[in-house]
Amino acid sequence: MTDFTTLGIKAIRDGVAAGDFTAREVAEAHNEAVSAASELNAFIVTTPDHALAAADRVDAARAAGEELGPMAGVPIGMKDLFATNGVQSTAASHILEGFTPPYESTVSQKLWDAGAGMLGKLNMDQFAMGSSNETSHFGAVKSPWRKEGSNAALTPGGSSGGSSAAVAARLCPAATGTDTGGSIRQPAAITGITGIKPTYGRCSRWGIVAFASSLDQAGPMARNVEDCAIMLGAMAGFDPKDSTSLDAPVPDWAASLDANLEGKTVGIPREYRMDGMDAEIEASWEQGKEWLRDAGAKVVDVSLPHTKYALPAYYIIAPAEASSNLARYDGVRYGLRDLPEGAGLQDMYAATRSAGFGDEVKRRILIGTYVLSAGFYDAYYTQAQKVRTLVQKDFTDAFGEVDVILAPTTPNAAFALGEMSDDPLAMYLNDVFSVPASLAGLPAMSVPATLNKDGLPLGLQLVGKPMDEQGVLNAGLAIEQRAGFTAQPEKWW
Amino acid sequence: MSNYRVHGATGEWEVVIGLEVHAQVTSNAKLFSGASTAFGAEPNSQVSLIDAAMPGMLPVPNRECIRQAVRTGMAIEAQINSWSRFDRKNYFYADLPQGYQISQLYHPLVGEGQLVIEADEKAGIPEDKVIRIERIHVEQDAGKLMHDQHPTMSYVDLNRTGVALMEIVSRPDMTSPAEAGAYIRKLRAILRYVGSCDGNMEEGSMRADVNVSVRKVGDTELGTRTETKNVNSVRFVMQAIEHEVQRQIDVIEDGGTVVQETRLFDPNTGTTRSMRSKEDAHDYRYFPDPDLLPLVLHEDFLEDCRKSLPELPDAKRARYENELGLTPYNARELTAEVETFARFETLLAATAKGIGKPEKEVATQVANWSLSVAPGVIKALGDEGDPANATAERQAAILDMQAKGEISGGQAKEIFEIVLKEGREPAEIAESEGLKQVSDTGAIEAAVDEILANNQDKVEQYRGGKDKLFGFFVGQTMKAMQGKANPAVVNDILKDKLQ
Repeated sequence: MTDFTTLGIKAIRDGVAAGDFTAREVAEAHNEAVSAASELNAFIVTTPDHALAAADRVDAARAAGEELGPMAGVPIGMKDLFATNGVQSTAASHILEGFTPPYESTVSQKLWDAGAGMLGKLNMDQFAMGSSNETSHFGAVKSPWRKEGSNAALTPGGSSGGSSAAVAARLCPAATGTDTGGSIRQPAAITGITGIKPTYGRCSRWGIVAFASSLDQAGPMARNVEDCAIMLGAMAGFDPKDSTSLDAPVPDWAASLDANLEGKTVGIPREYRMDGMDAEIEASWEQGKEWLRDAGAKVVDVSLPHTKYALPAYYIIAPAEASSNLARYDGVRYGLRDLPEGAGLQDMYAATRSAGFGDEVKRRILIGTYVLSAGFYDAYYTQAQKVRTLVQKDFTDAFGEVDVILAPTTPNAAFALGEMSDDPLAMYLNDVFSVPASLAGLPAMSVPATLNKDGLPLGLQLVGKPMDEQGVLNAGLAIEQRAGFTAQPEKWW
Repeated sequence: MSNYRVHGATGEWEVVIGLEVHAQVTSNAKLFSGASTAFGAEPNSQVSLIDAAMPGMLPVPNRECIRQAVRTGMAIEAQINSWSRFDRKNYFYADLPQGYQISQLYHPLVGEGQLVIEADEKAGIPEDKVIRIERIHVEQDAGKLMHDQHPTMSYVDLNRTGVALMEIVSRPDMTSPAEAGAYIRKLRAILRYVGSCDGNMEEGSMRADVNVSVRKVGDTELGTRTETKNVNSVRFVMQAIEHEVQRQIDVIEDGGTVVQETRLFDPNTGTTRSMRSKEDAHDYRYFPDPDLLPLVLHEDFLEDCRKSLPELPDAKRARYENELGLTPYNARELTAEVETFARFETLLAATAKGIGKPEKEVATQVANWSLSVAPGVIKALGDEGDPANATAERQAAILDMQAKGEISGGQAKEIFEIVLKEGREPAEIAESEGLKQVSDTGAIEAAVDEILANNQDKVEQYRGGKDKLFGFFVGQTMKAMQGKANPAVVNDILKDKLQ
């Protein structure tokens, strides 16, 4: 009998369509896997009935001879940043604990329309602020991976850490993620899965709890490039409800996948080679170049001169937007309300927000409030926006010469939970390779490359031209075919 | 230049006034959400997920609101910025669900413009004056707090949250309460002509923040200003200015200094009081709203806005004077309100058509009827009459009969009275009620002959040079004709026979 939890999106969809098995069987197997994995803490709530109902609809549609959607019969995990109608949506915060939206985010609705079902809402860093999943109000997610010879709990990355852990642990074939500065790519890389952040505007932000509006993008996290292409196709598309949505047709990325890179040029950004770089990361990068050459691409060095300013600029712009975006959580209309006896409005705000936000969220609200303050605005926010423009220009210049850029996804493999949680700056450095593409709004993906000496996955990142998800996916496929990455965490949970 | 001066203990003071008018944009839906904007609905019945700032909700600009603001800008001859941007103004309050107001600080939709307030000797405005307008930007209105629903809690009504406002910012070009009043009245007229705001100050669709400072006559530096918020009638704006001016002068003459602060106007006492000073002013942390792209207006959109503009008050007034030959007073009165000129123009067209003369030739008659005769009758009748009966066609029919000499001015009023009361047709009323004047020269001649015969002595006196007696003969004739004789015909016959 097939172990359905080993199957990816395409395998499930095609198997259901061919009648090899039913969508219900697939949903049941994944519901079981989810309920058996509570130790990972990957889900905040599970929704087995949602998955079963969606599966039954698909089975009935097939029986009736109806056309099936591109995600038909695929049960997925939904990051808790997406509003899901009638299902608690918290952004992993206390302030939204118990909040059940009466509406469905555009992206999740598109996935349900494509035939997918929901296994549950995935844990994450609170309000998507974090790189380790430790800022969740509901406790850190444990990575299914462990260092060889150690039982220490590792981070699954963040902020989409529930997503990466669940996909890596075969609790679901795919999950949604969101990426503001690397929140899809970094957790994908350190859990040995594949994830793509599309061009800013490809996926509607309507119904996704906002962190930093000018950077937030949803994307798929799955176990191979083709599955990412299929799922991204189901998630993307113009949405008149999001003013920043791209009004452009969505190509059939999955159908156009092509790992032959002859005639393509891959750029290696000089400035990403940093002093004290992890030798194994560097080696995997070199290996990546070889693989792409082998696929027919020409590999050249490129310069992205403002790279070193990208991270500081990001940590001004993102908190600035967040400080304003999170003002709506005030205890007045929904979510937590802490109203001390005899308190006035200001006291209620203070009590509610003090109790409702975690430390990292508060830190970013404070940073954001500071950089937007009178007297500091020009020195910080305006300056950071200028840097952002320069970073974008760096990429525009580079893409005059190359088709896609190859870099490491992260500066290190998974670290232990607790290892960096007292050092926010060290934590922020985890985003150093992912943030520039976010500032430029470019499509970028992480594909698994290899295991390091501790037996932990390392990923490689591909960054493409605006709207050229296809180029990114194709280069990712070329690496995937040559890396032959089949490692998966040994079940201990 | 206004000669408004205030006498203080230490000398003469002059006043500098600038107004920020918030005008609610006329549109069916809010600025960034599809929710309705109708006034007076049940609390929180017109609130979308966006207005309530639910997690993950996003604003999408409403084209109609932008169009109305652009048309308003064009009506004040302002520069329209084809590239503008929305900014967030961040502050916490229970009537502001997002925790920020979407506004336009750095790049407003409308730039420099102006309007003209007319000379009004009685009000101390000796000549027409240009008031410059710095900008118009578009922003969201806030909701309302209700403090009278519960002993210890306040309730929030979000119906108004997110409704589009135009903030129209004048330069500090006004120097007296009368000028400020004239400015608001003129601005209101323009908004109503354009149809971009209903101008209803009582319902809060238009309200003003009043910036006032004082300085000694001759000083060139501006004094410290105060801003009195949300004043909602022309009269209150003038009262608030008068009070602020006196208060500031008193403060300075008592050796104090005026504090730059936000103040509230109390309509019950006509005074202002401090709300917050500059020290505890908010730091609004304005920054461009990342949920919205810059607003780029294309030429065809602008052209469409331009073409849709109606004739504006100044142009209309000039046309009434120059082309219709109305007096300056009549032209001003008729163009002051949208309803007034609309009624006038409909009646003018109907009357001209009925009489078969160009509008120009009947305009004065129609203007007098519209401004004094008809309102007088309507007012005198009060509840007995229904103004809805006074259709343009019926009034035109009355004016037509009067112009042709079929009825007298008095009969016109009487017929109009019956129209108002009973909704009947004027021609039928004139006929069945006998409200027609006699132009039959035979009947009048007979009456005149009899009167002259019975008053030989007076005829002699008249012929002897006592011209004033002509009125006596007219009166007697009219009396004999029971008031129904056409006065012009009576005059002609009398003059003829008395020669």
